[in-house]
Amino acid sequence: MSASHDVVIVGAGGAGLRAAIAVTETDPHLSVAVVSKVYPMRSHTVSAEGGAAGAIRADDSLDEHAYDTISGGDWLCDQDAVEAFVAEAPRELLRLEHWGCPWSREPDGHVAVRAFGGMQKKRTWFAADKTGFHLLHTLFQTSLKYPNITRYDEWYATRLLVDDGRVCGVVAIELMSGMIETITGRSVVIATGGGGRVFPFTTNAAIKTGDGMALAYRAGAPLKDMEFVQYHPTGLPFTGILITEAARSEGGWLLNKDGYRYLQDYDLGKPEPGPVLRSMELGPRDRLSQAFVHEAEKRRTIDSPYGPVVHLDLRHLGEKIIDAKLPMVRELCREYERIDPVHELVPVRPVVHYMMGGIHTDVDGATGLPGLYAAGETACVSINGANRLGSNSLPECLVFGARAGRAAARYAADAAPPSPAVEAQGDDERRRLDDDLLHRGGGSDRISTIRRQMQAVLEDAAGIYRDGDSLTKATDKLRELKERAATATIDDTSHRFNTERVAGLELTGMLELAECIVHSALRREESRGAHQRTDFVERDDKRFLAHSLAHRENDGSPRISHLPVTITRWPPGKRVYGR
Amino acid sequence: MSELITLRVARYRPDEQDPEYALADYDVPLRSDWAVLDGLNYIKDELDGSLSYRWSCRMGICGSCGMMINGDPKLTCATFLTDLAPGPVRIEPLANFPVIRDLVVDLTDFMHKLGRVKPWLIRDEEKPVDDGEYLQTPAQLGDFKQFSMCINCMLCYAACPVYGLDGSFVGPAAIALAHRYNLDSRDEGDHERLTILAQPDGVWDCTFVGECSAACPKGVDPAGAIQQAKLAAAQDVVTSLLLPWRSR
Amino acid sequence: MISPLEARYYRQRMPLLWWTRRRSYATFMLRELSSVFVALFVVELLLLVRAVADGPAAYEGFLDAMANPAVIVVNVVALAFVLLHAVTFANLTPRAMVVRIRGRRVPPRAILAGVYLGWLVVTAFLAWLVVG
Repeated sequence: MSASHDVVIVGAGGAGLRAAIAVTETDPHLSVAVVSKVYPMRSHTVSAEGGAAGAIRADDSLDEHAYDTISGGDWLCDQDAVEAFVAEAPRELLRLEHWGCPWSREPDGHVAVRAFGGMQKKRTWFAADKTGFHLLHTLFQTSLKYPNITRYDEWYATRLLVDDGRVCGVVAIELMSGMIETITGRSVVIATGGGGRVFPFTTNAAIKTGDGMALAYRAGAPLKDMEFVQYHPTGLPFTGILITEAARSEGGWLLNKDGYRYLQDYDLGKPEPGPVLRSMELGPRDRLSQAFVHEAEKRRTIDSPYGPVVHLDLRHLGEKIIDAKLPMVRELCREYERIDPVHELVPVRPVVHYMMGGIHTDVDGATGLPGLYAAGETACVSINGANRLGSNSLPECLVFGARAGRAAARYAADAAPPSPAVEAQGDDERRRLDDDLLHRGGGSDRISTIRRQMQAVLEDAAGIYRDGDSLTKATDKLRELKERAATATIDDTSHRFNTERVAGLELTGMLELAECIVHSALRREESRGAHQRTDFVERDDKRFLAHSLAHRENDGSPRISHLPVTITRWPPGKRVYGR
Repeated sequence: MSELITLRVARYRPDEQDPEYALADYDVPLRSDWAVLDGLNYIKDELDGSLSYRWSCRMGICGSCGMMINGDPKLTCATFLTDLAPGPVRIEPLANFPVIRDLVVDLTDFMHKLGRVKPWLIRDEEKPVDDGEYLQTPAQLGDFKQFSMCINCMLCYAACPVYGLDGSFVGPAAIALAHRYNLDSRDEGDHERLTILAQPDGVWDCTFVGECSAACPKGVDPAGAIQQAKLAAAQDVVTSLLLPWRSR
Repeated sequence: MISPLEARYYRQRMPLLWWTRRRSYATFMLRELSSVFVALFVVELLLLVRAVADGPAAYEGFLDAMANPAVIVVNVVALAFVLLHAVTFANLTPRAMVVRIRGRRVPPRAILAGVYLGWLVVTAFLAWLVVG
């Protein structure tokens, strides 16, 4: 049995839902399938807090937003894509406002903007500190208006269907029943988010396992810049729950164990009582996380049961501002740390948050495979380069979700429907999955054991600072884990809502991503943005002003090559903050 | 020797010949910062991988992990083991929904109802995006803000005896969401939505038990929303009778 | 695709005594029950009106019936329920009504105070009518 549509979208978060709406607005006659392993309101877009950047103030300009993004990305951003992005971001955010998004306002009724890390002007739109939540719910509720969007909620896509070199749908498991079906389309958009769960300590939800990246990778689309993993400077210890950058843009300070604002020692400016754009606590995330590592080495961090932490001080903001601008931060601290930030210091430490890398696409979301598009965190256009600025990710989902949706719609309108031969691929996949479930070969590992070991490898070799030795060892260890994962025991061989089976499939995808991260990091012999090598400490524009591309070889391992960055108007320069 | 706590978890395996709903005991470590969700993850990772349940963000914003804990509807990621010690802690699927398997319930009814109340901005005339935003003062935003905080966790449906007795009731979260749009100064769809809410199984099914608001982890106060919606629906009926040309 | 599977769902039936499970549910049922006693008072009022209309003899007969100890007990219980009804109804008012004066929201306490004050005034007026 199979379902057929015109455009199939995998993932129902910010980018996926925006793409679905874009397809249907481009051509209301196209039938759109939105396939998501969770209900759309559960997508990880929901936990974004701080805001979405769009240059709208009279004293701001698109060029400044572009420069901030490009310098923030340590010049690894494709500047043509950045120019398109900054131009469309304000319109997309306005479109969300027209759809009902409750953006916070100035007293005169206009949309309010605030400062954010690495930005020289105030341009971050926000909905209190629950921007992602409001954005996602607005998109989801708006999508309910369109009768030709069909949702496949809690369907897990396991494989892309490829017909004559063209991507034309997915094979997916309906979680509720365990049935495996093909959902065909004339084009496919992948918007499944990043894969932070390959690391042990992350802000990311359980569902962020990079499934879509693995789908594209296995079908032959390369993954780009996988070694660039962002550590957000302020996550709660143990849970890894995100404390938004907005806490710092409203004026919060980062203090070491002596109560000292240590960022001033790391070329990030001089401490002022209030927040200063592009300075100190409003510097870019990679530099702040790196500063933490140095403080820890100097033993100036505070010891906690979960390792070294520093303190986020919000006390001087006062209860009124915290309740107005940072209510969720207060809620989270009280719930999960039993601490009230109005009166007490909040323990925080860098935590894996975002993947700059992903499926290689052009500025319209097109991958190298005909019929396959990608958008959002799962894609790498690249507008974020070596380090993403806070509040660029939500507009990225909207701008490129819309572009990919429109491009996929145009492709589908002209393409022929997939041939009946894809049914055979569906049958093959069903056989493979059933085989995998029932005849695993009785290894001694549990899925959770392998997952933990993979996470430990990544934490050790691909953390904030890396070196060639650890990375090389990691490649071997990951190869071994891949073999063991194939035979790991699964207690649950039933069909209906078998989440252990899904965990096993997610793990195989994560191991592929982990390999791409480690191999790409090993081959990039320089330090740039979020990728810092202790054995190659300088940025090397001669050799590495280029993206890393990881193609999957037949034996499953990644082959790394490099692709030059597109430079238009901003020649590579130095990243300067605080001066 | 670390402390343990017993989790008494509902198991239901529909793939068996004669599936039976029963509670099974599992001992998990009683760690000071563990939520009930951490306990469930421990069971799945270490003791019994066949336990199925939903979770995602573990910070109380995605709404996936609603379950009955000792008979009360709660988010398992926001309920802590130390507050429930010494146990045993009874963990059952969300009440008033059919159980698919273990702790997983069928949400199709709720999803359908959410769509029924037209939870999107309705306007007679759309302004072009290039003309900028619809102006809305902070006070106007404050009018509906509380009702926009719903994370769709459905604890309110589990707490509502009306929904439990009569599954056709449209329910607290759906009505609160409709009310959120009615109160939004940019929206012009009051009449449309109130007509839907005034139908059988709409607001008039509610007898103001108030348990929905007690259960809500986000302070949305759906009970308040429903009573306000009742007033608005009644006013709307009167207005459309007396001034029919004003109805849209 | 769904129907054959639905047969395998587990559906928990709500027990007949569902309202005994939680204190809040039991309180709710009492509140609902109080409507019966409100109805009882309405019936007594109608009987009183009819007795007055039928003349002094009927009126005396009515007063005698009301003086019966059993009837008094029932009426005391009914009064308790009616008070419960009135108080719970009054307490719900701020939740159901959002009042704005010159753009600012009137706090729930003020609305509640207004409701009770109104009740007091009306009661005082009726007492004056009856007694004074």
